[in-house]
Amino acid sequence: MRSDRVLGLVVILVALAYIASATQIQVSFLSDPVGPKTFPILIGAAAALAGGVMVFRPDEEPDWPALATLGALGISVAVMVVYAYSLKPFGFLIPTTITAGILSYQISQRPLFSVITGIGLSIGLFFIFRFALGLGLVPFPKAFYG
Amino acid sequence: MELFSNLAVGFSVALTPATLMLAVFGCFLGTMIGSLPGLGPSNGVAILIPLTFSLGLDATSALVLMTAVYYGAMYGGRISSILLNIPGDEPALMTTLDGYPMAKQGRAGDALVISGVASFVGAFLATIGLMLLAPILARVAFLFGPAEYFALYILAFSTLGGVASNNQAKAVLASCIGLGIAMIGLDNSSGLPRFTYGNLHLMDGVDFLVAIVGLFAVAEVFFFIESHGKKSSIGVKLEKVTVPVRDIVASTWTMLRSTGVGFVAGVLPGAGASLGSFLAYMSEKSIAGPNGGFGTGSPKGVAAPEAGNNAAAGGALVPMLTLGVPGSGTTAVLLALLLTLNITPGPTLFTERPEVVWGLIASLLIANFVLLAMNVPMVKIFVRVLQVPPGILLPGVTMISFVGIFSLSGSYFDLLLMVAFGVLGYVLRKMDVPTVPIILGILLGNAMEDALRRAMVLSDGDPLFLLSSPIAVGLWVAAIAGFVAPMFLRQFIRKPQAVTD
Repeated sequence: MRSDRVLGLVVILVALAYIASATQIQVSFLSDPVGPKTFPILIGAAAALAGGVMVFRPDEEPDWPALATLGALGISVAVMVVYAYSLKPFGFLIPTTITAGILSYQISQRPLFSVITGIGLSIGLFFIFRFALGLGLVPFPKAFYG
Repeated sequence: MELFSNLAVGFSVALTPATLMLAVFGCFLGTMIGSLPGLGPSNGVAILIPLTFSLGLDATSALVLMTAVYYGAMYGGRISSILLNIPGDEPALMTTLDGYPMAKQGRAGDALVISGVASFVGAFLATIGLMLLAPILARVAFLFGPAEYFALYILAFSTLGGVASNNQAKAVLASCIGLGIAMIGLDNSSGLPRFTYGNLHLMDGVDFLVAIVGLFAVAEVFFFIESHGKKSSIGVKLEKVTVPVRDIVASTWTMLRSTGVGFVAGVLPGAGASLGSFLAYMSEKSIAGPNGGFGTGSPKGVAAPEAGNNAAAGGALVPMLTLGVPGSGTTAVLLALLLTLNITPGPTLFTERPEVVWGLIASLLIANFVLLAMNVPMVKIFVRVLQVPPGILLPGVTMISFVGIFSLSGSYFDLLLMVAFGVLGYVLRKMDVPTVPIILGILLGNAMEDALRRAMVLSDGDPLFLLSSPIAVGLWVAAIAGFVAPMFLRQFIRKPQAVTD
């Protein structure tokens, strides 16, 4: 009940912001009858309407995960974001080992298994990507090569 | 006779050793992806698209490979449904209803063989249907102007929202999210930026591959983290595999009827394979009556949804190839593949690039026989795949997604966007908001807006022009009916829930 109402309200707010931002779109001097604003405004209106229905006729509450699981999910998201930034400066192997290991631990909850998975995945995937698919992956950070 | 000369062109493309090998490889990979729990056809095809580019394949080969994966995943989805009671993807849900009880009675091998044969019947006949129907529909599609296309897009969204989801408002919301994201970037007709807020990365718009991989693959990883992979621990052992000839013969008519039902459901834009297997199962259940044993491990209950599901998979290719409107989540992913390969689906595809269309159809015919061989005698190999622990599989999927998206553009921004889509997909799916309309919206948003704007240019801004032809009116009526009718029918027809132990 409550989740749907909250989401409905968020949707209405975002939709209104979207419509407001659509009215700011520049129009070129030679425009067609519809122009670049109309369709986005229609979308925003439809979304706001859907949000309204969700506020007034919410579904049953979904079972949200417990706090500990939410923490695990938060850690996984953070790890993925860090991984996105570290792929280029640190090469493929080291960030992949760490990220795959942490994700594996979040799923399996077995430390040794996760370490082996991390190492195995990073090396195995590196060979597949580099030699079977011919991607130009860099295995180690540039500093290693001097 | 035109058909045979077209087919000859197709087979001349498909029977080259390289293409044939790709088809076989795709079938193998697809069945494996389909049987892995938590990696359905949509996810599987989505994470493979970026990698296909790095192989440097030409358009026909890439298309053959990916559709072979698609068909293979449709076949493979049944394996985890039957043995683990976990549907590999949504259409395979109906297979769990009778497949898992059958497996618990010690007839897992029989269930796998029957469903394999049913998949073959469904997919093979649907490919023939595609061959016959697609050129006709392509000719009809020439009559479509912008007003008709706009109505067709509306129909796709409303059937997808009406039939395939539980709450209309949430389906509308999902479509709007997708369409709203599609608007980001440069405006097609004026070239001025929209919703970019001065961010250079957003000028090109949001790449639909990033959204697809995020919403499907990364979100799946979060679901496994939530359940700690516990879902996959129970399973039924597979002993010996023999061919239950009597059951197969007894369910011949079931397979044929389900193929018909599934194919029609697949052709409807937006309805897709889930509807196909659902309708096939329900109609066979009512034909068999209360004493038919449906739900307790009836071989017919395994054959019906599998034939329906695979027939729908073939049928969904018809609107996708001729009109550019996908009939299901996975065909939406295949449409993404076509667009990235710079092939514009539509009626002109049949006249201008016949080698692509007919090469694809011929490869699908061949792929079906390969899949039958893989899924009946060699099914034990794929059963092994089920034993891959999620602790290895899901991190692997994440890494492949990252490298795939990174290889597309080499920008951090896309990777972050992908993670964001993963979180969004997780939250939305938790709240029962379907994610397929989002993909459809991102894919079709610009085409839909163009159709509307061109229609308005033609009519000088008269909105009634959208209803000016009988085809357009028919599509609008179907769209409204498809959206409204399920609200009333939902009280009478309930989606059966999975069997619980």
